[in-house]
Amino acid sequence: MSVDILGPSIADSVLARANPVSKLLAALVLTVALLLSVDWVSASVALACELCLLPLLAVGPLQLLKRIWPLVVAAAVAAYGTALLAPKTGAVLLALGPVIFTAGSVASGAAIGLRGLAIALPGVFLLLSTDPTDLADGLAQKLRLPHRFVLGALAGMRLAGLLVDEWRVLGLARRARGVGAGNNPVARLKSFAGQAFGLMVQAIRRATRLAVAMEARGFGGVVDGKAAPRTWARESVFTRRDLWVLAGGTAIAALAVAAAVAAGTWNFVFV
Amino acid sequence: MTSRPAPPAPGRPAAIRARGWGWRHAGRKAFAVSGLDLDIAPGERVLLLGASGAGKSTLLHALAGVLGAAEEGEERGSLTLDGAPASGVRGRAGLVLQDPDSQTVLARVGDEVAFGAENLAVPREQIWPRVRSALGDVGLDLPLDHSTSALSGGQKQRLALAGALAMEPGLLLLDEPTANLDPDGVTEVRDAVRRVVDRTGATLVVVEHRVAVWADVVDRVVVLAAGGGILADGTPQQVLGRAASRDELARAGIWVPGVRPATRAEQRRSGAVLSPVPSAGPAAHGEALLEAEQLTVARLRRGAAVVQDVSLQLRRGQALSIVGPNGAGKSTLALTLAGLLPPSRGRLEALAPLDRGAGPAPHRWRSAELVTRIGSVFQEPEHQFLTARVIDELEFGPRRVAGLSAADARAKVEELIVRLRLGHLLQANPFTLSGGEKRRLSVATMLATGPDILMLDEPTFGQDAHTWAELVDLLDGLVMEGRTVVSVTHDEDYTAVLSDSVIRIDGGQAALAGADR
Repeated sequence: MSVDILGPSIADSVLARANPVSKLLAALVLTVALLLSVDWVSASVALACELCLLPLLAVGPLQLLKRIWPLVVAAAVAAYGTALLAPKTGAVLLALGPVIFTAGSVASGAAIGLRGLAIALPGVFLLLSTDPTDLADGLAQKLRLPHRFVLGALAGMRLAGLLVDEWRVLGLARRARGVGAGNNPVARLKSFAGQAFGLMVQAIRRATRLAVAMEARGFGGVVDGKAAPRTWARESVFTRRDLWVLAGGTAIAALAVAAAVAAGTWNFVFV
Repeated sequence: MTSRPAPPAPGRPAAIRARGWGWRHAGRKAFAVSGLDLDIAPGERVLLLGASGAGKSTLLHALAGVLGAAEEGEERGSLTLDGAPASGVRGRAGLVLQDPDSQTVLARVGDEVAFGAENLAVPREQIWPRVRSALGDVGLDLPLDHSTSALSGGQKQRLALAGALAMEPGLLLLDEPTANLDPDGVTEVRDAVRRVVDRTGATLVVVEHRVAVWADVVDRVVVLAAGGGILADGTPQQVLGRAASRDELARAGIWVPGVRPATRAEQRRSGAVLSPVPSAGPAAHGEALLEAEQLTVARLRRGAAVVQDVSLQLRRGQALSIVGPNGAGKSTLALTLAGLLPPSRGRLEALAPLDRGAGPAPHRWRSAELVTRIGSVFQEPEHQFLTARVIDELEFGPRRVAGLSAADARAKVEELIVRLRLGHLLQANPFTLSGGEKRRLSVATMLATGPDILMLDEPTFGQDAHTWAELVDLLDGLVMEGRTVVSVTHDEDYTAVLSDSVIRIDGGQAALAGADR
């Protein structure tokens, strides 16, 4: 069995029925707004709004946490590191020898950690509510990206799922030859490099075969020196729902910026 | 604008014409095909045969228009579809390849079938009716949003056929479509192809080693000669029926229905030649090496059990075949017996003659202990190649893993080089060898460390009759000298000739199917 990283296993939800392109654009607007300033108010407002949208995704908070816990850990680590190293302004909250946290440094840390999560969540929403095939349809039909590139990337991603399985088989096959085991870190690194090379060889072989199969089905044809015309069996459409998605993304961005400006924490990073 | 012939109506059977046609892949000295003259009339159903290296796949790829441009090779003569050069025709030919896993493009069944029609700019309102009728033709009764990964091998091949069919091709090209399938899958795909050509009337060209599968679907058999040109051409009765041409085909390495390639192993079994006295000595022959009791195996650590409660004993000089449908867990059982996967439950114990101080649990053995006791030959030889030269590949096990002295390793390797006819390849890169050579090398690398037990996963997949017979005799020789050979296989001829015991895996259970001789 191959690991199916792109399986059509998207739960039906309000967001799942929106066009992937509108979700992508909404996420983009929000990301740009959050990149403009590093402060804890705009980040926490955006994050709170995003969490309020969870019902639209038909994913419970616990389920979400299960999927994104590495992101949460990364954000916490980033927040801790920032609080440790940021300028020590304001009242001292905790001092343990060289480890000093002040109100100012903790605020900086929270700003970084919350911001990371607030920027990552829209991307997570997009991934959890979007079938990659529909995203490819939208990118090619609505944003007019070249279909060869879009479909090539889509097929490549499917192949990546097969390679997870291939890696496991390669590991066993090499153990059978007497490579791989052992506690010496240098030998382990060498063995890993060897296995990675083996995987690359197999990836190229599979990709070559897939390219032949795609070409045999008329993909990448050229007519009179130009890419052959192509039709789409699935039409990518915008509906009123997509207006709401875009408006929602923009509203969250505006609210976050306004709250920070009002609270006086807004600091434009490019000044 | 230059005037062009009007494009042929889609679906109308295509005519093939080759005149002095040849192709040399860039970077190769010899032509893969040369001097080919061949006419195939619209609607003919042709089985294309030939020894390994006769250029069957090259011809098929050329007809499908996927051989590539001038920089990828050199073309001679002409090859046309309905009078137009085959390389410039899009969508007239549909191609199904051998490997079910590397020809699926998209994640959903419906989208996958629609892909070819989309590329040919078929209007949307016509695509979905085509998709439904193509899926019906190949007998795939699945929802359109069914995942393409969650299919059996036979279903994947029928899906590929449906994808070709939705393009309404005038020519169907099948490149060993059943070589990787179990017997049920083979029948599934063969019947689907028959239904499809009956309904569409499309011209059909099939390449396959196993003639018996296709003999009653096709109306013409064409045999390519290894040196170029055509060896035989006629109805299946004409080509396969006459004794003279049957012999000629068998000599070219082609599987002729009803003829099993001659092997010493089979002669010995039937008593035509005397069995040599086993060199390991009668006492050692038959001694128990490895014992499984209520063994349950899983693909992943803590993963779901695939085969449960297997009890068996492997003895010196035993030849065991593990058979059963694809996906039943045959390979997982073999990997566990070979010490590559830990047992999920139950007991797997190396007995004293195999243990020899390494401990009773094979999956805990160190590399050097494993390779001198149990060798595993994987289905894909390339998975096990580690170096850039055949000679390094052979010396790797004895020298780098088992730690033999240079002289001892050399002696061991010399013997294998002669026995497996690798002498002319020592400086070659393992990845550049032919399929049969790769298989011989992968067996040789495992034998180089002198294991007591040899495990093989589908050793005869996609092999022509020559390499098949050679492999069977090689393995038979190993059994004779007292090694244990365990094979995962659904090749019935192989099991009949080589094995003295059979375990059938089905529905998660193992049953001893063949009594010991």
